[in-house]
Amino acid sequence: MEIRSELKYSKEHEWIKVEGNKAYVGITDYAQHALGDIVFVELPEQDSEIAAGDSFGVIESVKAASDVYSPVSGTVVEVNEELADEPQKLNESPYEKWIAAIELSDTAELDGLMDAESYEKFCAEEA
Amino acid sequence: MKQTQLYENHCILGGKIIDFGGWALPVQYKGIIEEHENVRSAAGLFDVSHMGEITVKGPNATEFIQRLVTNDISGMVTGQILYSPMCYPDGGVVDDLLIYKHSQEDYFLVVNASNTDKDFQWLIDNNTVGAEITNVSEQYAQLALQGPKAESILQKLTKTNLQEIKFYHFMADVDLDGTKALVSRTGYTGEDGFEVYLNPSDAPDFWNKLLAVGAVDGLMAVGLGARDTLRFEAALPLYGQEISQDISPLEAGLGMFVKLDKADFIGKEALVQQKQAGLTRKLVGFEMVDRGIPRSHYDIQVNGVKVGFVTTGSFAPTVKKNLGLAIVDLQYAQVDTEIDIIIRNKPVKAKVIKKPFLTKNYKK
Repeated sequence: MEIRSELKYSKEHEWIKVEGNKAYVGITDYAQHALGDIVFVELPEQDSEIAAGDSFGVIESVKAASDVYSPVSGTVVEVNEELADEPQKLNESPYEKWIAAIELSDTAELDGLMDAESYEKFCAEEA
Repeated sequence: MKQTQLYENHCILGGKIIDFGGWALPVQYKGIIEEHENVRSAAGLFDVSHMGEITVKGPNATEFIQRLVTNDISGMVTGQILYSPMCYPDGGVVDDLLIYKHSQEDYFLVVNASNTDKDFQWLIDNNTVGAEITNVSEQYAQLALQGPKAESILQKLTKTNLQEIKFYHFMADVDLDGTKALVSRTGYTGEDGFEVYLNPSDAPDFWNKLLAVGAVDGLMAVGLGARDTLRFEAALPLYGQEISQDISPLEAGLGMFVKLDKADFIGKEALVQQKQAGLTRKLVGFEMVDRGIPRSHYDIQVNGVKVGFVTTGSFAPTVKKNLGLAIVDLQYAQVDTEIDIIIRNKPVKAKVIKKPFLTKNYKK
């Protein structure tokens, strides 16, 4: 499983990349592998307000639909429309294809996320 | 969970094992879409050993089966197979099954894994003629080899000319490179192929051998996830979805397998009445018009009113569209009718289309 050292991670297997006051969110290699072939993405709503832990999108694999949970609170300022037409990109390049960008309302929440080393341990324990 | 003899084989191949109605079986190895496409372009090997097998023997075997199933077995020859629903008195379905005829006094029934115990009990409870009914499920492992290359691959392992096994026919005691097996030209994918019934203790080595000789032809192990998408594209019914205790074979479009002019069978009266009164609802195929994936049990509405429900829905890998099968009220069953599939509480546009969704490639 690929894990990138510069990112932060949530317990729901999302990665977070912080750029200033914005956080780009995607799913990890572990997540795309567990989901199997992804055939549909319901993107978060542009400009919606979300709280950490809220479901803000859906990823559907062949067999099932799975909620995507926001690891942080804030406003959805960008969504990756490319995923609407090419959902399989999440399997192919999980760390390149972010799902949404969230303008953070509480940067302190980032402290509650895991770094790469902790996430690696977390994944090993899940297996 | 129960395991088939091939559990270790699946683990070694990296199969993602899940709980399939109490059985530990692989939903996929490399990926559902890749496996699905491989069956249509080359060949796939499935472990379906969880299926149930029941023998019916004795001088009254034919009469017994004829009274329990909707199809007409009277014209069957030795070595032939018939598909049939088996109904309750009210016309609902107990199960759908394959009936293999060895002789007038010797039949081999193959039933859905999840219904094996129920079917066996149903046969016992309705045995008014002293037929000898035995649940032999534990005596058989079953593999399905499906796809355009299936015959040429299996032919490498036997001197028996497989072209002599015609569609919906079988040969018992085929020598497959030293392994004895019953081989039928049947399957659940819409492709040409075979189902192989063998001794469970022979299964692990035979599975490995078949994958090895077929590798050069592109043979791949295929899980139950692709088995479902393959049969769905071919619009083959799955018990519990397209047919059930609450959905009659007539509603499910299986009238071809319901012989209302044969002598009395369980459910005949109800089905005759249903046919005479006219169906109030039926099974249709549909495709999504707006973005969304339909799934089993999702409601279907027209103008905000419920008119039916999805029986099976999925992304279809060969057709490359989001498609579904559904039971809808009769007035909405015409091709091109616009319907709404309720996905996560929102109506998403779809329309009724013809089924099956692709042409089957059976070698008839």
